[in-house]
Amino acid sequence: MTINPISSLTIMGGVDKDGKDEPVRYVEIVAGEIVGIVGPTGSGKSTLIDDIEQLAQADTPTGRTILLNGQRPDESIRADPRRKLVAQLSQKMHFLADMTVEEFLCMHARSRGKDESLFSKIVELGNTLTGEPIYPKDHLTSLSGGQSRALMTADIAVISDSPVVLIDEVENAGIKKQEALKLLAGEGKIVVVVTHDPVLALMSSRRIVIRNGAMVNLIDTSHQEQEICTKITNVDNWMLSLRETIRRGDIVEDKI
Amino acid sequence: MKLVVLAGTPGAGKTSVLLHTIKSLISDDKKPAVVKVDCLWTDDDRRFKKFDIPVHVGLAKDMCPDHFTIYNTEEMMNWADEKGADILLNETAGLCLRCAPYPDSCLAICVIDVTTGPNTPLKVGPLLTTADIVVMTKSDLVSQAEREVFRERVLEVNPGCKIVEANGLTGKGSFELADIISKWPDVGDDMVLRYSPPLAICSLCTGENRVARKHHMGVLRNLDGFMEYKGE
Ligand SMILES: Nc1nc2c(ncn2[C@@H]2O[C@H](COP(=O)(O)OP(=O)(O)OP(=O)(O)O)[C@@H](O)[C@H]2O)c(=O)[nH]1
Ligand SMILES: Nc1ncnc2c1ncn2[C@@H]1O[C@H](COP(=O)(O)OP(=O)(O)O)[C@@H](O)[C@H]1O
Ligand SMILES: [Mg+2]
Ligand SMILES: [Mg+2]
Ligand SMILES: [Zn+2]
Repeated sequence: MTINPISSLTIMGGVDKDGKDEPVRYVEIVAGEIVGIVGPTGSGKSTLIDDIEQLAQADTPTGRTILLNGQRPDESIRADPRRKLVAQLSQKMHFLADMTVEEFLCMHARSRGKDESLFSKIVELGNTLTGEPIYPKDHLTSLSGGQSRALMTADIAVISDSPVVLIDEVENAGIKKQEALKLLAGEGKIVVVVTHDPVLALMSSRRIVIRNGAMVNLIDTSHQEQEICTKITNVDNWMLSLRETIRRGDIVEDKI
Repeated sequence: MKLVVLAGTPGAGKTSVLLHTIKSLISDDKKPAVVKVDCLWTDDDRRFKKFDIPVHVGLAKDMCPDHFTIYNTEEMMNWADEKGADILLNETAGLCLRCAPYPDSCLAICVIDVTTGPNTPLKVGPLLTTADIVVMTKSDLVSQAEREVFRERVLEVNPGCKIVEANGLTGKGSFELADIISKWPDVGDDMVLRYSPPLAICSLCTGENRVARKHHMGVLRNLDGFMEYKGE
């Protein structure tokens, strides 16, 4: 069964934690756009991501409604992973499954109705994001946080190749953030990223501010912010290369 | 009266999910009552009492908690009826993976924790394979890929079930569950179990405590899988 291309996703406002209408009533995100979600811990960022993932129809505690191409999505799209339109990189940093990388990826490919041979491509791609190589025979539970994150990211880019991508706090993961985001965003996807990381937050074109369970503000990323973003990206990549130097057991020689 | 039997390994999130679901049911003008069955101790009744609904605890003590549940189903239904309820929610202890205390016309819900890993659905047995609804909890603790692999495993062992991804902390999935419960038909007369309870006809069942083989009689299975009858 084919699914029409998704050109926009709309969040229709619901209620905050006290049941009052949230101030932002309507956010439309178009294909190719990256939108950030910011706010204090416990404010409801992951809950908003969950609403999008479930394509909420006023049937979650927030009362929000999600529209695709301006319309209510078909019921069957909501549950079946084979028809899933949303890929999600969650806050979790580790795998719990007692399986090898290869077994797991093959089974995941099957659950999404994809070819099992894709697993080698995922491992290859994952290895471009992390300094420590991942092997197909590795046990998932033995992977480091950075390796797990890299593999989850590559898995989303290849197997869960969906038009909507949700990312929940990828920062402190020991992977190349910007490259990961580019890989996940692909061409013409709708990307929503929860983050406190200045690089990622400022890479988005707009950001939704969450407080007490509600979308309270929508900020456009200014020109000045975009310039700052370029600067801190360089600092960030430098940090990552220093980490790798230290991990290799080499001496850090770079000047500030 | 509707009967909902909620089973699942200890700590899977049965109570947490039920609490959110009860909230939805109440706001939908339904009248749920809850019976929690456990072996020795539970404080789930305290958690359920935050709602103004009838709550009852049954402790199975030295009886198998699932056998206890089955034996007392009629009594629980009568109790809920007297309290003016129209839905009886029965949370089981869910310790024994050989038993499945689901009568045919109840709504059988198996709650399973995804953090136990994708091999767990293969081990849970009739509790999972004969359920109508499988509720996957704690998805917030694993990646989407792991959740989808888990889901695939559940469907391998119970292809006909409906899977609800719920979160006991945030209430995700509770609206959907409440909706399924509301639409489920009332139970019929002369309910029959979906799955036969295990053999319980050996001398150990009657209180033999000595370990040596020579003391045991009944229908017994050897380590190599061979089953035999020993006795008169
Ligand atoms: N992270 C997370 N924790 C959960 C979730 N659901 C439940 N928990 C936690 O898991 C623990 C056990 O939850 P309960 O709801 O008491 O589990 P139960 O199945 O009713 O347990 P018993 O009645 O003792 O068998 C509690 O600490 C819950 O807060 C979930 O979706 N995510
Ligand atoms: N609009 C809302 N209505 C009711 N509860 C909410 C709402 N938004 C968030 N919550 C609750 O607040 C808690 C924290 O939300 P969460 O999304 O985990 O926060 P964050 O990801 O920002 O740390 C959760 O228990 C969630 O159910
Ligand atoms: Mg969060
Ligand atoms: Mg409980
Ligand atoms: Zn038993």
